Amino acid sequence: MKVYFDNAATTRVDPRVTELMVKIMDEDYGNPSSKYIMGLTAENYVREARERIASSLKVKPSEIIFTSGGTESDNMALIGTALAKKNRGRHIISCNIEHAAVYKTLEFLEREGFEISFIGVDERGHIDFEELKKTVRPDTILVSMMYVNNEIGAIEPVAEASRIVKGINPDCYFHTDAIQAYGKLVIRPKKEGIDMLSVSGHKIHGPKGVGFIYINEKTRIEPIIFGGGQQRVLRSGTENVPGIAGLGLAAELYTKNHEEYIKGILSVKERLMERLERIEGVRLNSLPGEESAPQIVSASFGGVRAEVLLHALEDKGIYVSSGSACSSNHPAISGTLRAIGLKKELLDSTLRFSFGIFNKPEEADYCADCIEELLPVLRRYTRR
Amino acid sequence: MPARWQGTVNTAGKFGLDFERINMFYHSFLIKYAEIGTKGKNRYIFEDALIQQIKQHLRKADGEFAIVKEQGRIYVNAKSDYDYDEVIGALKKVFGIVGICPMVQLPDEGYEKLRKEIVRFIDEEYPDKHFTFKVRAKRTNKHYPVTSDEINADVGYDILTAFPETKVDVRNPEVMIHIEVRQQINVYSKVIKGAGGLPIGTNGKAMLLLSGGIDSPVAGYMIAKRGVRLEAVYFHAPPYTSERAKQKVIDLAKKVAEYAGPIKLHIVNFTEIQLYIYEQCPHDELTIIMRRYMMRIAERIAEETGSIGLITGESIGQVASQTMFSLQVTNEVCSLPVYRPVIGFDKQEIIDLAEEIGTFDTSILPYEDCCTIFVAKHPVTKPNLGVIKKSELKLSEKIEEMTERAVSEREEIECF
Repeated sequence: MKVYFDNAATTRVDPRVTELMVKIMDEDYGNPSSKYIMGLTAENYVREARERIASSLKVKPSEIIFTSGGTESDNMALIGTALAKKNRGRHIISCNIEHAAVYKTLEFLEREGFEISFIGVDERGHIDFEELKKTVRPDTILVSMMYVNNEIGAIEPVAEASRIVKGINPDCYFHTDAIQAYGKLVIRPKKEGIDMLSVSGHKIHGPKGVGFIYINEKTRIEPIIFGGGQQRVLRSGTENVPGIAGLGLAAELYTKNHEEYIKGILSVKERLMERLERIEGVRLNSLPGEESAPQIVSASFGGVRAEVLLHALEDKGIYVSSGSACSSNHPAISGTLRAIGLKKELLDSTLRFSFGIFNKPEEADYCADCIEELLPVLRRYTRR
Repeated sequence: MPARWQGTVNTAGKFGLDFERINMFYHSFLIKYAEIGTKGKNRYIFEDALIQQIKQHLRKADGEFAIVKEQGRIYVNAKSDYDYDEVIGALKKVFGIVGICPMVQLPDEGYEKLRKEIVRFIDEEYPDKHFTFKVRAKRTNKHYPVTSDEINADVGYDILTAFPETKVDVRNPEVMIHIEVRQQINVYSKVIKGAGGLPIGTNGKAMLLLSGGIDSPVAGYMIAKRGVRLEAVYFHAPPYTSERAKQKVIDLAKKVAEYAGPIKLHIVNFTEIQLYIYEQCPHDELTIIMRRYMMRIAERIAEETGSIGLITGESIGQVASQTMFSLQVTNEVCSLPVYRPVIGFDKQEIIDLAEEIGTFDTSILPYEDCCTIFVAKHPVTKPNLGVIKKSELKLSEKIEEMTERAVSEREEIECF
């Protein structure tokens, strides 16, 4: 049995998306900037994708800029704002459980002379409003706060945070990394006070190498990629037409089938949590049901090294990740797990299970069965 | 550009790119080898092995080459367009080559013409003329109308006249200009350092214990350099070691194979044995007992596949299992000789060599290998053979069967 429980790392592309992309690469391979009909056909795919995405967020199509993925979207929001506003202020706020695409970019800006403040989180991974209130200043130009944490699935109260920030400093921009949130949660940037929002295609059964950033029409940032002036000069470079069309379709499928999809994903999460809860020495780091993201379960297995359990599960055909797959090339201990105050001995014993639309609750049962079988064996052999 | 040198090898004509000039310049490479020359009657075996190795390495480079053995010399002659850097890079990885001399070949069109061509050669080759030189001519074509001494004097005079900045220094010249008068005339002045050693295939086969660390690939390289063919064994311990750790070892074997030629890598599943030792034996002896079983298994595979020695990357005192006491205890299980070429090296010396041969960056990838997963906080550093043997008695029930299984169910991968 093959069980792919690493959908927060990446997802299987929906076959309908693949079909559309193949057609575009095979037949409609024109450059959107070309003047003849093939160019127009290509442009129409991009326009359609933009409209599909805009309607999923209830924003204007012109507010969607396509990028190479979540990392570029985050870079663009942070560096683009810093460049545009450096004369008004050089203070940026974020929190201490952000993805590397955000915090590494902030470290870069820090070296370039910006001042960065990181807000802490509580044991559930939620940011501290009091600390946020105290940190916002007249020279704060940007607050960047993730919508859903990629390691434990905590949902950050971004709407409330934005309200607080803008109450103190109305000129401050509010960005959110919504890479794990988009599709899974209903997001309304306009109502939630979000000026910029980053999304990646391959977390929603779309292709890799494509994503987008929503930028509110009133928000002014500088481009970070220069060239032919595509996408209103904000993001030069020939549009990745098949990728963009694939992303657009994946987004539409998620929007149209939202209830059904989420119900399915949530049922896997609930089943796995129920089962893991009953196993001795297992600590769940994610909140149940819809209190945290529907697709992520983080669990710590006392007395077992995460990587060993991961490979033992791999042997059973189950694919999960330790910490976050995006950062698992370097064995640094997760910042998020540390930030929520997880005990030191559990930091290296934590796995993340994440679900997609193709998973079934029976797979959660199989996974839990395997863990029940493996734990006692693995716990017997540890470093003494 | 002298038209003469645009002979058989001409790539620049197509694109007119300046950096390709060097290709049409050199038609041939003189291969220098040192130790082979001392092998008496066996000399031809070593030369043939070297030619074989050169052929094999040049297969990876674009172009056609003829390798010619002629009057105690080996030449690589380019028969088509080729990439100079690629060819030099390939030749530098052939054990047995001490030096590579890029060479210009001129047809015999009269002595006066030759003198002019050599001046042009020097002009092209050394844009900065501030150097000392010596001309060393040699005639194998004794019918040539001018003697070697006369060539030396005349060409020296020509160069000094054409480039007054140059100086002659017969004792310690910066540039030695070799002129070899054969059916054609060979001119060269540069020697590029080769890998040294002896050609692969001249000295039997050995089994390398490859762990994924820094030391063992270097150890394999050093033994291969003496003409030894390699096979390798890696101990895989899933789920404690990952597929990536295994891939890393395959990558390392491929890196060493760039010099040593194709390496058959034997991947042994060691988990069962490791867990059995863990359960039965005192924990601080785990590593040393484990290593004894690794050596036993490596030796069995070696004997099965025709290797006549084992190679390890051990270095005295580097870790607990590599103290002289520990080495004595691990060595005791083998009857084949165990070669430990880095035994007296400091870590930094091993690292320097690993960087030079290109294995370092792969070796430091952070995947856990089977030596470290269960390592005790305080392993024994002075194991006593009697005590260890007594501990191993506790394994007597199943260990033979497990070892048998580990050997027979091993996976084999050709790395080249």
